[in-house]
Amino acid sequence: MTTAPPGRPANAASGDGETGPFWEALSDGRLILKRCVGCRNVGWYPRFVCGVCAGTTWEWVEASGRGTIYSHTIVRHQGHPLIEGSGAYCLAYVELVEGPRVLANVVVDDFDVVRIGRAVRMVFGTGGSDVRVLRFAPI
Amino acid sequence: MTKVARRPMVAGVYEHPERRIPNKSVARIHAEVALGALADCGLGVKDVDGYFCGGDAPGMGPLSMIEYLGLDVSHFDSTEIGGASPLSHVGHAVTAIMAGKCDVALVTVAGLPRSQRSAAPVHRNAPEHDFESTLGASTPSLYALAAQRHMHEYGTTSEQLAEIKVAASLHAQHNPHALLKKPVSVEEVIDSPLVADPLHRLDCCVVTDGGGAVVVVRQEIAHALGDRCVAVLGHGETSKHSNNGRIDLTHTGAMFSGPRAFEEAGVRPQNIDYASIYDSFTITVLETIEDLGFCDKGDGGRFVAEGGLRAPDGILPFNTDGGGLCNNHPGNRGGVTKIIEAVRQLRGEAYPAVQVPNCQVALAHGTGGWLGTRSASTTVILGREG
Repeated sequence: MTTAPPGRPANAASGDGETGPFWEALSDGRLILKRCVGCRNVGWYPRFVCGVCAGTTWEWVEASGRGTIYSHTIVRHQGHPLIEGSGAYCLAYVELVEGPRVLANVVVDDFDVVRIGRAVRMVFGTGGSDVRVLRFAPI
Repeated sequence: MTKVARRPMVAGVYEHPERRIPNKSVARIHAEVALGALADCGLGVKDVDGYFCGGDAPGMGPLSMIEYLGLDVSHFDSTEIGGASPLSHVGHAVTAIMAGKCDVALVTVAGLPRSQRSAAPVHRNAPEHDFESTLGASTPSLYALAAQRHMHEYGTTSEQLAEIKVAASLHAQHNPHALLKKPVSVEEVIDSPLVADPLHRLDCCVVTDGGGAVVVVRQEIAHALGDRCVAVLGHGETSKHSNNGRIDLTHTGAMFSGPRAFEEAGVRPQNIDYASIYDSFTITVLETIEDLGFCDKGDGGRFVAEGGLRAPDGILPFNTDGGGLCNNHPGNRGGVTKIIEAVRQLRGEAYPAVQVPNCQVALAHGTGGWLGTRSASTTVILGREG
């Protein structure tokens, strides 16, 4: 059973400080998140302006890569313009232990094990694709 | 003079009767529905001095269609918020007319996704693009995430969601133009293929060619046009987003747009005789009726399972044209049909089997974008009397 959408194009990770370090870390098998220096909120997705206090000073923090599934779906239809080929895949919101709920793919052999509240950890590797995306697997 | 006494009115509406249009351009459909809505109220193209369209209008904003239609306008607005666009356009037209910017506002919607098999646009320049689109975050999947979480928090079931489709199909059987005219059962919805768990194919709206248009006019003009005009009593709109990584999947922006519209109109949910509720998916309806206050949060499943949405006798007769779920979702954006059916109900021009008796106050609500990430909500309240 295919568990991740195949054939996705390389994303256009920008080389600037806004998102560049995030993508570089992901390539190295690390998850880093942006924490606002002003209000200490860890935000998602990484951006120039803090979505809580509008501050523009942030620091990168190493994340654990662990969380729980907040919601999930098995995408069975075809036709997403960025997804080639066939096969169902799991799209989920994972609530990281650091706070943010992030959209991600959950990689599993059996979709039935995907449940809200299920503990997951981040997994790296390209999975047959050179696209850098957030992927998690049940612990 | 009170504010309410000067409220502009919807004078003309028109829904394109076709659902598959293989041999016409999108611009022509915009024009056909524009002429249809103007004819509906006895006005002509040269009477229009305000034009409103969304991203479905071909060309740059409103410019190409203004030229194509031969309009001469003193006001325009091309706010693009997906399916909610025409509802916001009606609200913005009211504001513009009351501010003296224009007298006769035309709103058009058109699209040909059924015959052209065009995919939903991917906003590649959006800042969130790299974090979402590459995951295969399709439109159905982003509503499925909301449905899954609603089921988890409130015990909502697939059978309850299916009842929303059943009610729409019971209404659609009376509409000869509806794409899906055959009533379906809860079992048929549950047995249809899963598109994105827990949403089945029959939890989704139809894909149709077509369009619709609305004409909003200054009240003094409306009174000269006869008694088929209905008043725009209130309007509210908002956007809701993922809140810096704290997304809430079980509420929609209707919890903010609704109270704004109710306050402006001076009415409450229990005063609504008929409601057009945006129905891109069954879950869109369920969360919206809760957020608009027609039932308690989390109680939507019970509300719909008890027949609350069925016309003409349910507590909240909804989408009596069959809605986007069965009738029409032209150009992948169903907002204009929400206004149109509400106007039909207030005029007493709905199909007899689903006409709400003595319909005095109606609500039309639109949802644009994606409940799973960011979305727009617009509520418009219309009344038989201004």
